[in-house]
Amino acid sequence: MKESQEEKAALSKDKLFELPGFPDKEELESGPVAVIECPEEIACNVCEAACPFGAIEIGKEIIKVPKIDPDKCVGCGQCVSECPGLAVYVVDLNYTDEEALLTIPYEFSPLPKKGEIVTGVTRKGEKASRVKIVSVDKKENGTPIIKIAVPKSEIHEIRGILIEEIND
Amino acid sequence: MLNKEVAVVGGGPAGLTASIELAKRGVNVTLIDENLQAGGQLLKQTHKFFGSEEHYAGVRGFNIAKKLIQEANNQSVDFLLEGSIYSVYEGKILAVKKGKSTQLISPEKVIYATGASEKVINFPGWTLPGVMGAGAVQTFVNQHKVLPGRKFTIVGSGNVGTIVAYQLLQAGAEVTAIVEAAQEVGSYYVHANKAIRSGDIPIFTSHTVKKAMGNESVDSVKIVEVNENWQPVPGTEKRIETDVVCLAVGLRPRTKLTSLTGCQTTYSSTFGGEVPLHDKSMETSINGVYVAGDVAGVEEASIAIEEGRLAGVSVASSMNYISSSTAADQKQEIRNRLGLLRGGPYGEEGAKEKERIRSIFNERVTRRESRSVKR
Ligand SMILES: Cc1cc2nc3c(=O)[nH]c(=O)nc-3n(C[C@H](O)[C@H](O)[C@H](O)COP(=O)(O)OP(=O)(O)OC[C@H]3O[C@@H](n4cnc5c(N)ncnc54)[C@H](O)[C@@H]3O)c2cc1C
Ligand code: SF4
Ligand code: SF4
Repeated sequence: MKESQEEKAALSKDKLFELPGFPDKEELESGPVAVIECPEEIACNVCEAACPFGAIEIGKEIIKVPKIDPDKCVGCGQCVSECPGLAVYVVDLNYTDEEALLTIPYEFSPLPKKGEIVTGVTRKGEKASRVKIVSVDKKENGTPIIKIAVPKSEIHEIRGILIEEIND
Repeated sequence: MLNKEVAVVGGGPAGLTASIELAKRGVNVTLIDENLQAGGQLLKQTHKFFGSEEHYAGVRGFNIAKKLIQEANNQSVDFLLEGSIYSVYEGKILAVKKGKSTQLISPEKVIYATGASEKVINFPGWTLPGVMGAGAVQTFVNQHKVLPGRKFTIVGSGNVGTIVAYQLLQAGAEVTAIVEAAQEVGSYYVHANKAIRSGDIPIFTSHTVKKAMGNESVDSVKIVEVNENWQPVPGTEKRIETDVVCLAVGLRPRTKLTSLTGCQTTYSSTFGGEVPLHDKSMETSINGVYVAGDVAGVEEASIAIEEGRLAGVSVASSMNYISSSTAADQKQEIRNRLGLLRGGPYGEEGAKEKERIRSIFNERVTRRESRSVKR
């Protein structure tokens, strides 16, 4: 795919970092926070309504791109489960020395099990490092959220998982 | 012949909300749909919808249908299901077929909320079993939980194509490719991204289908690159193994009945084809005949919901169930919400197109006024 075409299906990191839904470096380092990868003006404000802490702002004009307020966000993950675009994640850079904790929505069955090692998948759909399932929270709305421990170097790439049998 | 106050044809989101608004205001309304269950397109949608709270955003399509049907029942809307309108006489007499029997219904006002039908493209092999529309694939997979194949190639990268790709992955199928003739992916970023990151799906932009191949059914598809003028580039053919070629190449308003009624139309590429002209209150060029939802221009469920409400309020007011000043306020509120939905680069086009259709309506449609004057 040409660069421009790719951008319509999987944004580059540079473009993502510019989004109002993407906390800056300092904000990311100061604790778990939602990152919202929703770059277009579409008529939707589900995330704003979902956040119990008022940390996401869209406003009356519901086509505006969502904006995160990292000071208000506690990283609870409610918006991750509610977003119909499955475009919100929570990033916690301070999980361990090497690993960050990533919260993703996962609408496939079977669900992985806690402690299982699965393959990380990038936002482009490519396979990445193997990652560990830290928790699985089936949600009533049918969009479970999963926490995974990922290498810090890949925290801005990995956005999904693939359950495959590999003898690690 | 059955005399009714209002008949609403089509039980998708637009027809349901139109009926609810009417029944709420005391109008006797019959909602007719050809299916076993009302809900229209919503019944096939397992994904959560966009919009805001007024449009049941964040709720899965089939659950939005459930909520609307319940609300319609609460308001005592009269349902006529498995009833297909096959013709219209003298403008407003509806011929309904239910099972083996037929019946005529003569309502004072009619709202057509007949939705849209899928477009197809033709290529050698397109009549082979295994070539099917995205709607049929969704009916198999999402409603009946059956996979009509293992490997799927999707033609069209709009919202329907990318959503179906994701739903197929959820059902355990393999999506071997998304083929798109335009130079860019057409869907919302979030829909495209959730599909490709769940299945590493190759997207072939600037490509089209040349041929579907197989003896008794499809076993592969040949695709070819197209240049800026959409002409095939020789020597760029690729063969992809697949069981199903799923066509997601757009929808067109289902205007057969409004055309039979004699409603004037205009061609709209933005809205998918011929669209009945309508005014700000969703009334067509024929007195007492209204449209709402995809039949009035293919857009989204959230918009269909609001247009249904708008048509409902308009009809209730034209029959004096509410005063015209109350109606004016209520209509304005709905129009404001429609304005918010039709913002941004995707929605703006719809807003402009509705404006264009209204101005053509105002230019051309004087017949209604003159006729009522003559009387
Ligand atoms: C794959 C896909 C994904 C979508 N995702 C979204 C989304 O995320 N958000 C969103 O807002 N929108 C979405 N939409 C669009 C949305 O589903 C439609 O815009 C909406 O359903 C249109 O509503 P409607 O009431 O106009 O028509 P429909 O839902 O099409 O309902 C029309 C009904 O009328 C019936 N009918 C037609 N003719 C007759 C007749 N002669 N006699 C009796 N009955 C008749 C039909 O059988 C049907 O039940 C999606 C659509 C598709 C296909
Ligand atoms: S993670 Fe929780 S607190 Fe943060 S934005 Fe989402 S819902 Fe709000
Ligand atoms: S809920 Fe999701 S899709 Fe909707 S505006 Fe928020 S981030 Fe975007």
